[in-house]
Amino acid sequence: MIEKNKKKAPLLNAENLTVRFPVKRGGMFARKAFLYAVDDISFSVQRGETLAIVGESGSGKTTAALAVARLVAAHAGKVQLGEHDFLNLRDEALRKARAKVQFIFQDPYASLNPRLRAEAIVREPLDSLDVGLPSKRQKIVDNLFKAVGLRPEQQRLFPHQFSGGQRQRIGIARALSTQPELVICDEPVSALDVAVQAQILNLLRRLQKEMGLTYLFISHDLGVVQHMCDSVAVMYMGKIVEHADRKSLFNNPLHPYTSALLSAVPSVDKKRREATKRILIPGDPPDPIDPPKGCRFANRCPVAQPICREKEPPLRAIQPSHTVACHLVDDRGQSPLN
Amino acid sequence: MTALLKVENLRIELTTRDGVAPVIDDLSLELNAGETLSFVGESGCGKSMTALAIMGLLPEKVGRVASGTILFDGEDLTKADDARLREIRGNDISMIFQEPMTSLNPVYTIGEQIAEVLRRHQNLSAKAAWSKATELLDAVRIPNPSARVNDYPHQMSGGQRQRVMIAIALACEPKILIADEPTTALDVTVQAQIFDLLRDLGRQTGTATILITHDMGAVAEMAERMIVMYAGRKAEDGPVEQVIEHPRHPYTKGLIACVPHLMASLSDDRPELVEVTGIVPGLRSFGKDACLFASRCDRADAQCRSQRPPEMPFANGQNSACWQAADL
Repeated sequence: MIEKNKKKAPLLNAENLTVRFPVKRGGMFARKAFLYAVDDISFSVQRGETLAIVGESGSGKTTAALAVARLVAAHAGKVQLGEHDFLNLRDEALRKARAKVQFIFQDPYASLNPRLRAEAIVREPLDSLDVGLPSKRQKIVDNLFKAVGLRPEQQRLFPHQFSGGQRQRIGIARALSTQPELVICDEPVSALDVAVQAQILNLLRRLQKEMGLTYLFISHDLGVVQHMCDSVAVMYMGKIVEHADRKSLFNNPLHPYTSALLSAVPSVDKKRREATKRILIPGDPPDPIDPPKGCRFANRCPVAQPICREKEPPLRAIQPSHTVACHLVDDRGQSPLN
Repeated sequence: MTALLKVENLRIELTTRDGVAPVIDDLSLELNAGETLSFVGESGCGKSMTALAIMGLLPEKVGRVASGTILFDGEDLTKADDARLREIRGNDISMIFQEPMTSLNPVYTIGEQIAEVLRRHQNLSAKAAWSKATELLDAVRIPNPSARVNDYPHQMSGGQRQRVMIAIALACEPKILIADEPTTALDVTVQAQIFDLLRDLGRQTGTATILITHDMGAVAEMAERMIVMYAGRKAEDGPVEQVIEHPRHPYTKGLIACVPHLMASLSDDRPELVEVTGIVPGLRSFGKDACLFASRCDRADAQCRSQRPPEMPFANGQNSACWQAADL
């Protein structure tokens, strides 16, 4: 029984996470202003699963991921990682726990030190976080190179001697070196050529199965997300507007923004093109420094009502695994667009 | 009907450290008035190079048209001098680029940048050009155009900047618009807006569009015909629907299958994506008498490695440069 409960417990549980940045505005005596890049969001990821955070640029998805990894400071909120209260760890305890959260970055050209050989790049986290015995580290590096599909002799090469896809493999090997439980993939394939994307996506899924990894997967590409995730959180202007398991979100999107986002994706599938009615959302998101009072999507929403401009909609559960922040979704889970 | 643009046996050579490489190798294509033609392929396959050649903007001293013709309205652009090309560029053929951030001049207002084109090509007075600029901003659906015309590029969002680029490109009602990855840097909802805009404006003005992209979904939504480029050569071309439904070249097939597309119905099982192993060959191998895709193709045989496949025409308008096209 205890065993079972343990299995069910999420690996990552973020609660009321908030990240704000001070912004300069006006003169010396101007009121201090903040941009809430991530505004009171909560999400959890089950062990061995993938949660995708989707949203457009500026929606706060990367900032949320950075805050989870403590690469930017959270202003408020809690991040529970396994048994650790991750945001409140200090010193040695933090260093130990950091090994459990690793990052795969978007740009494989910018995220590898050009002056280090591939083997040194992959080994670096082991040394800096002091994982395992130094004498065993080379063996770990050897195994990682094999796991990500690079040849042993390539360990001696420098980043510029690799192609984009191979560099991303090095980035993945580096992220896996400390045997993390949670791997945060921030747009891991969007800088790669289409044909290479498939290789990296297949590799990530294979590694997840083999090593039981948990992914927090940040992407703006809904096709990729659909292929990779078990559940999805949709962000808009720092807020999660919808959070659901994969099937519910893609087959039955409830928030008008989610519907608009999905309908905007061009598809090669003729059936989908014919079945999808394009939901146009005009204009751009409002000023994030001074967000509107009610629902942040109201000024672009095709079905907005007066209440939407007045009151901020809370996230509420329509199904156990499907929550949405929209006044107009009824309790039976009817999208306001239908 | 004669084609608006007719490229015949075009060969473009690029001088590199390793010698001269044909980055475009025997390419022929036709573009009719009002139609949208799409170029697809990975980076380094010659999509943008073709566009630059049509615009007469090949990198100086490095790239040159070695043979072939580019006939625009019957005039061979490969023989036109710089003055004539300047007349055509921006007026008859114009181009929008991937990065709306870097294609606009940061120290001029957008109104000045749109008006510049009109004054240069249409000899409008400053005042007339300015009011036309405002109209154009309205046409590309920028709200409150009479105020925004005084904005600098940094005051606009990425999508708005790309709209300004479109306004500049369409200012002189060109016959051909070349859009080189126009939405790659933009979000999908903005991409959808830009595509709608391009489609509507194309319909209104009868401008023919060449859309360069790597996104098969975008091709399916936007274009009537497509050309799949690989290593400087045409791998396959034909009507979009036919090519996507039934690709006749293994490269086209791979390009479609390697991307996880949103489909009408979502399946529970997620099979591994089809991988096109390897990468585009380096410039050194361009121009070889062989199928350049052979090293990445699981159907390749001795003939593929030793002889360049000719273009095989099919009854439905598809052409495929693959020795085994008929069996696919």
